[in-house]
Amino acid sequence: MDGQRLTMMGNQAITQGALEAGVRVAAGYPGTPSSEIIQNLAGAADEHGLYVEWSINEKVSLEVAAAASFAGLRSLCAMKQNGVNVASDFLLHLAGSGIRAGMVLVHCDDPGALSSVNEGESRHFARMLELPQLEPSDFQEAKDMTKWAFELSEEIGNVVMLRSVTRLSHASGGVVPGPIPQAQGKAHFDHHGTLLDKGHGPVSSSPVAYKHRLQQEKLARAVELFEDSPFNSYTGPEAPELLVITSSICNLYVKEALVLLDATDRVGVLKLGTTWPLPPKLLQRNLERCGQVLVVEEVIPFLEENVKIAAAEMAGEIGAKRFFGKRDGTIPAQGELNPDIVLGALAGILNLPYQTRPPQYDLLAQEAAPQATQDRDLAFCPGCPHRASFWSLKGALALDARDGFICGDIGCYSLAMRPTGYGMLKTLLAMGSGAGIASGFGQLGRFGMDQPVMAVSGDSTFYHAVIPALINAVHQKSPMSLVVLDNSGTAMTGFQPHPGTEANALGQPVPPVDIEAICRSLGAEVTVCDPFDLEATQAAALALLADQSTAKVLILRQLCALSPQRKGSKLYEVQVDPEKCLGDQCGCNRLCTRVFGCPGLAWEKQSGKARIDEVICAGCGVCASVCPQGAIIKSERA
Amino acid sequence: MATAKLIHDPYNLIITGVGGQGNVLASRMLGNVLTSQGLWVTIGETFGASQRGGSVMSHLRVSTDGSWSPQIPEGKAHMVLALEPLEALRVLVKYGNPGAKAIVNDRPILPVAAIAGKTNYPSADELEGMLAKLTAQRWSIPATERAMALGASIFANIIMIGALSATDDLPVSRQGFEAELLRALGPSKVATNLEAFDLGAAMVQG
Repeated sequence: MDGQRLTMMGNQAITQGALEAGVRVAAGYPGTPSSEIIQNLAGAADEHGLYVEWSINEKVSLEVAAAASFAGLRSLCAMKQNGVNVASDFLLHLAGSGIRAGMVLVHCDDPGALSSVNEGESRHFARMLELPQLEPSDFQEAKDMTKWAFELSEEIGNVVMLRSVTRLSHASGGVVPGPIPQAQGKAHFDHHGTLLDKGHGPVSSSPVAYKHRLQQEKLARAVELFEDSPFNSYTGPEAPELLVITSSICNLYVKEALVLLDATDRVGVLKLGTTWPLPPKLLQRNLERCGQVLVVEEVIPFLEENVKIAAAEMAGEIGAKRFFGKRDGTIPAQGELNPDIVLGALAGILNLPYQTRPPQYDLLAQEAAPQATQDRDLAFCPGCPHRASFWSLKGALALDARDGFICGDIGCYSLAMRPTGYGMLKTLLAMGSGAGIASGFGQLGRFGMDQPVMAVSGDSTFYHAVIPALINAVHQKSPMSLVVLDNSGTAMTGFQPHPGTEANALGQPVPPVDIEAICRSLGAEVTVCDPFDLEATQAAALALLADQSTAKVLILRQLCALSPQRKGSKLYEVQVDPEKCLGDQCGCNRLCTRVFGCPGLAWEKQSGKARIDEVICAGCGVCASVCPQGAIIKSERA
Repeated sequence: MATAKLIHDPYNLIITGVGGQGNVLASRMLGNVLTSQGLWVTIGETFGASQRGGSVMSHLRVSTDGSWSPQIPEGKAHMVLALEPLEALRVLVKYGNPGAKAIVNDRPILPVAAIAGKTNYPSADELEGMLAKLTAQRWSIPATERAMALGASIFANIIMIGALSATDDLPVSRQGFEAELLRALGPSKVATNLEAFDLGAAMVQG
């Protein structure tokens, strides 16, 4: 495919860049929007002689990638924005020690939290930990910059951070791929030199004063290279009325907005690909062009603040500037950007009129809006075991009647904070935090708290961050109940393997680490149940709530409805018997559609009775246990 | 390679539907067919948690010159390819304009709030009335029904691509699509999918 332009997803372009750079080892933990990078590299592993793994969490994945670099192999690590928080303790020390073969950390932010429970900014780590930061602004650059990041990493002897965002990682555009080199070089860790010998000695961030100075010299070398980097470019008139400074996918929003406003001859755009540290000479040359500057970027005003610091330092040469951006509200401080928001900001500064479409059409659109924009709330898929699990937990907490509650965690089951999971989650924070918080709540009985507490966790999350919290709860005798919603894979991000699965990222057989055995080994009581059996699950949950002596675990095990093993295969044929369904006359008050709320059920307005939508129903048969009249019939498939 | 001409540059197409209807695959295949004509295609989409039962949009920008924003500006859609009728309306309210066209699968998927009786899903007549006001030209087609007859509801997205090809707005040929089917899905799946493509094309050619 060498040479011909293809339409590639941003994450695929990053993968291609890494392969062209001769990456040998890659590791990561799944997280939207980063997951396809490691997935694609795993797919290319056989052909190009790579080792690729889905590690237990982001910190371990960074350590795995670092080992390869220490042994002379180029390596890549990929994670979503909050993954950098998890990996950051190691990253701090790695930044101090430096690396050997090129090592790139790809971190993908999710402005607007399209698939996250935070809008975290990860570029700050580059400044905080004194590492170079790159930000590709389109698909070709995502490929080219990833490749160059390995060269930069080797040139300066440190990790290079490369930031993508959802609208680049998960968007697709034109990329011309280049050749992928033959894998070569034997792995060997040279450790016989002195502590001060960075190429041959032990790897450490100490002696700190010495290594910290080296680290800052590396960063200074990066700035020298950034001054002439083709990834920084200026487009526009020699002396514009306004200078826009931007990076990442915002570059395409600025381009679009200027075309729509017909203002390309009035506004200059400095697109930065190397955003930390900023190259001062390049910045000065461009800031000298005019007196007004608009900074367009997503999440935190990272570029804006750094540009302002640089502008203050060179104020003697360039004079005072008027700045627009997030700090003065020209660009919104929260949420993702789009061409319309950027257009609004530019139209305001330039005092240009702009009409999206004729006012008559706007009126028609407004008339249709109340119905057209009705909420389509996210919901568990038809056949999802989580709906059944939360139905039973809800029943158990109601029967227990002590105002008990559930601490949530990160995964598809986070949706249980919404109506689809009956609003059952009462805390939802970081990976593994459900169990940790529940461990804390469990200690509050001594202060009069008499509510029982449960935590939920998915199987992948269990390994990632729940194990330490569970050990804490057992050891501290916290009477919490952990419910592991085990659907046998990392479902939300696309079924990546985890330590409990029988195959690794490369499809090779590996020994699964059993959740039940781990919990028992810690001394926790463990019950295992099929969540599709509503009665047994509710009874098990109720028993857990009754025992307030210690930490307990309930494993609810059932395959995800979208899993490769289950998808497209119905367990049962499900039908509503119109004779048995009493409809509006039944005392159930439409329990199946109004309360249980599976998308596979529908309420026929004409007949006033329930119906199964055969296009949507996944055939789990759980609703048959919900109907008080036994009107929903499930039959084994022939 | 000679690049195909476009009636708008960039030509802005929105494929919309509900999570699980396969519009991500449809947008990719369409993107690859157009790329093979020498065109630049930029596709914006979201997936992850946003896929679970929620509205899912893919924005396609087709151009003879470079990448465009993966999000189409408001009021700038030339064509809406909707796998679900309410989603067609949702997209037109934000991205429509007096010249907008739409191809709409007539099979509703009720939001969970509508199933629960908390909101009212508009009737077919109400939907048609509103769609008529917001489009210059539209085709309502029974894509899901025909897909079920072919063996699975998921073929609806291929039927929609066939329908789009018959509008002649974009250079999507049967031959080009056949090549992409072979590349993306393998030889065993070409025949049925091509049948779906032809069904869609016939419904628009009338």
